[in-house]
Amino acid sequence: MSQNMADIAAGRLSAAEYADNFTDLHTPLDDHQALIEADRCYFCDGAPCTTACPTGIDIPMFIRQISTGNPKGAAATILRDNIMGGMCARVCPTETLCEEVCVRNDAENKPVKIGQLQRFATDKLFAAGAQIFKKGADTGKRVAVVGGGPAGLSCAHALARQGHAVTVFEAHDKLGGLNEYGIASYKTVNNFAQHEVDYILGVGGITVEHGKRLGDNVILGQLRSDYDAVFLGLGLGAVNALSLEGEDLAGVLDAVAYIADLRQAKDLAKLPVGRRIVVIGGGMTAIDIAVQTKRLGAEDVTLVYRRGREHMKASAYEQELAQTSGVKIKYSAKPARLLGEGGHVRAVEFEYTQAHAKGERFTLEADMVFKAIGQKFVAGPVTGGNDVLELEGARIAVNNERRTSLPDVWAGGDCIAGGQDLTVAGVEDGKIAAASIDRFLRGDTE
Amino acid sequence: MADIRSEFLGIKSPNPFWLASAPPTDKEYNVVRAFRAGWGGVVWKTLGEDPPIVNINGPRYGAIYGGDRRLLGFNNVELISDRPLDLNLREIKQVKRDWPDRAIVVSLMVPCEEAAWKRILPLVEDTGADGIELNFGCPHGMSERGMGSAVGQVPEYVEMVARWCKQNTRMPVIVKLTPNITDVRFPARAAQQGGADAVSLINTINSIMAIDLDRMAPSPHTDGKGTHGGFCGPAVKPIALNMVAEIARDPETSGLPISAIGGITTWRDAVEFMALGAGNVQVCTAAMAYGFRIVEDMVEGLKNWMDEKSYARLDDFVGLAVPNVTNWQYLNLNYVVKARIDQDACIKCGRCYVACEDTSHQAISNAKDGHRHFEVIDAECVGCNLCASVCPVENCITMEPMTGGTDPRTGQPVVKEYANWTTHPNNPNRVAAE
Repeated sequence: MSQNMADIAAGRLSAAEYADNFTDLHTPLDDHQALIEADRCYFCDGAPCTTACPTGIDIPMFIRQISTGNPKGAAATILRDNIMGGMCARVCPTETLCEEVCVRNDAENKPVKIGQLQRFATDKLFAAGAQIFKKGADTGKRVAVVGGGPAGLSCAHALARQGHAVTVFEAHDKLGGLNEYGIASYKTVNNFAQHEVDYILGVGGITVEHGKRLGDNVILGQLRSDYDAVFLGLGLGAVNALSLEGEDLAGVLDAVAYIADLRQAKDLAKLPVGRRIVVIGGGMTAIDIAVQTKRLGAEDVTLVYRRGREHMKASAYEQELAQTSGVKIKYSAKPARLLGEGGHVRAVEFEYTQAHAKGERFTLEADMVFKAIGQKFVAGPVTGGNDVLELEGARIAVNNERRTSLPDVWAGGDCIAGGQDLTVAGVEDGKIAAASIDRFLRGDTE
Repeated sequence: MADIRSEFLGIKSPNPFWLASAPPTDKEYNVVRAFRAGWGGVVWKTLGEDPPIVNINGPRYGAIYGGDRRLLGFNNVELISDRPLDLNLREIKQVKRDWPDRAIVVSLMVPCEEAAWKRILPLVEDTGADGIELNFGCPHGMSERGMGSAVGQVPEYVEMVARWCKQNTRMPVIVKLTPNITDVRFPARAAQQGGADAVSLINTINSIMAIDLDRMAPSPHTDGKGTHGGFCGPAVKPIALNMVAEIARDPETSGLPISAIGGITTWRDAVEFMALGAGNVQVCTAAMAYGFRIVEDMVEGLKNWMDEKSYARLDDFVGLAVPNVTNWQYLNLNYVVKARIDQDACIKCGRCYVACEDTSHQAISNAKDGHRHFEVIDAECVGCNLCASVCPVENCITMEPMTGGTDPRTGQPVVKEYANWTTHPNNPNRVAAE
């Protein structure tokens, strides 16, 4: 292979290797394991885990329900507070939420495996195909939900349960947002995101219009006049740029787009991947692209983060996952420029940021470079025309009920200011907004 | 090193751990395995008259579990030995000859007629067995035929049969008592009256382990029907401890040797029973759950504990706890305790708080400066020990006696003098204080 030709190829692995590399990250607990783990829960009063859960799931209760042989009750306890409890059980950074504050940490440095128990309970329910929710009595009110990600679906589901007619406007072919297009594949195997969407829509009373993008073929002003209330769960439509020399070279890619392709790929063996990969960033997306390209057969994957380990947004668990998957993480270095040959990237030059080596540089050869330095909100559709929302820090400003500056418009998920960029946070936003919308539509004074 | 050799009614064994009369002691094969493992003695599974009884062919055992499927108790509907009498006798004789240093006591159950006892006693004597245990306790199967607990529940029968046995054998006689009665002291006194050398207790407790909600029948079942069985294992230990104590401290039976049975699983359980006056202990469920090897730890644990406490021989601690078991009306009403929560040990689960708040005295606070923090409110605490009982951390909550001052709950001074209910002003039957 000549030096100036990027080594990018599909089919680097055998079918068995692909299957093995993209199988479930955690083997689900079986009945016996779940009982043993459930027995470890102390059924705390005012449990810290529940307080730490952004959706406030009554965790001790659902674990008790598992241990008493009432898994359906356990699932209901979870889903009443978090309709995406199944996905959150897979993707929540539990080590920094519920499990971080489990009193078993004080007792023996080993929290109850809350996430895995939550998955056990919800999997049981979905496997049984039991629909535990139903549409409320028709109120005659109509609500538009823009964006069918976690926030939008959570809001739509809660509104349907209250009897409001909901229309979800979704730009993509599938609902689920980042659950479908973003999360690492080995965290949500067997098309779980779509099964969950089906379960949510199963409540009834929710109409979905695909191919509808706000500011394109859907206009906020029109929605406001056609519907009694509007909820915006728009997500983040753009990625941050490096703004460096060589960024437009071939082989310099957005991690978000590649992950979406990977998630939608019917055959991973047809997905081309470089032999040497450089990932720039320090969040979950950076970890996800690094680990997944490694698992696609890349030989060397290096993730470079500009600050120290402790500042990384990806949790210690995620960093460890990357490292045990064979990803090399370099801390405290930022990209200086991208070097190319024949229009294709061939290396990235980095500059150390830590005090003792500040200014010193090193170069990593790369066949593919992934940018994972954050996404940003595309504000155009909500700041043009007559229907202008106030922004805060370049995202939509909301109050604690998720109300925007317009009286009949709510927003939630990654598009609002102050969010945590987590599925679970989006679900909570949708839930809170739905409760507020319901009060508004029923004319309750606040 | 502590000497744990045991002598019970003159029957010697290398340690005080005997296997109780039950499935593990039904035949030579099992008993030899037990002796190899280190058991000090066995009470051979109950012999009856030929033809042998028949057992059901459905399940004999049911179980109750704690967390992690840890066995808390068994029940069973097995009857006495279903093997021919002669076969059992020959095996007993052989084992006793092969293992002369181990105790072999033979459990017996024959009809309530003197002739029946007269027939079987010489046969047992001929084996060289060390003694007999009268099975007056079995709660199922045999009782319906006028044996087992049907005898044990009638003190007059207990006395009568014990007397027949004492008159017709030179072997020591142990009467095994059923717990399925109102006051265990009555059959114990009757056994003593009849001349019995000792009592052993408890036999199993009438029980239904569970109901199968699909079949709407007891579980386990035999062809869809279930019956009560005898309950045993760790869950019954508190009941057995009380019954042993009742007999040990009854002035009428004081000094009557006791062989303790009932959920003994560890060396510590054994020591507790012996502290309540038992001369030795019998084990069944623990062996059935884990195998005979558990005796290794029982032996070593007992020795280590005795060394630690400087007890040279078993007699040095047998019965030491008996004087400290009393009746409620003699408990010191002037002894005032308050719960104390060790804040360093506390893991902040809040179990103590909710138990006290929901079900007791609202004597624990759950927050301090806006943070989770659990502290006892002395002005409300009655010292009931509920919080310490539900706390998952050992020794995190302790009950600390007040040694002076005023009890903030009652406003009464805490005094050192002993005072009990018998002299309390609220007691309509009080006796004048001295």
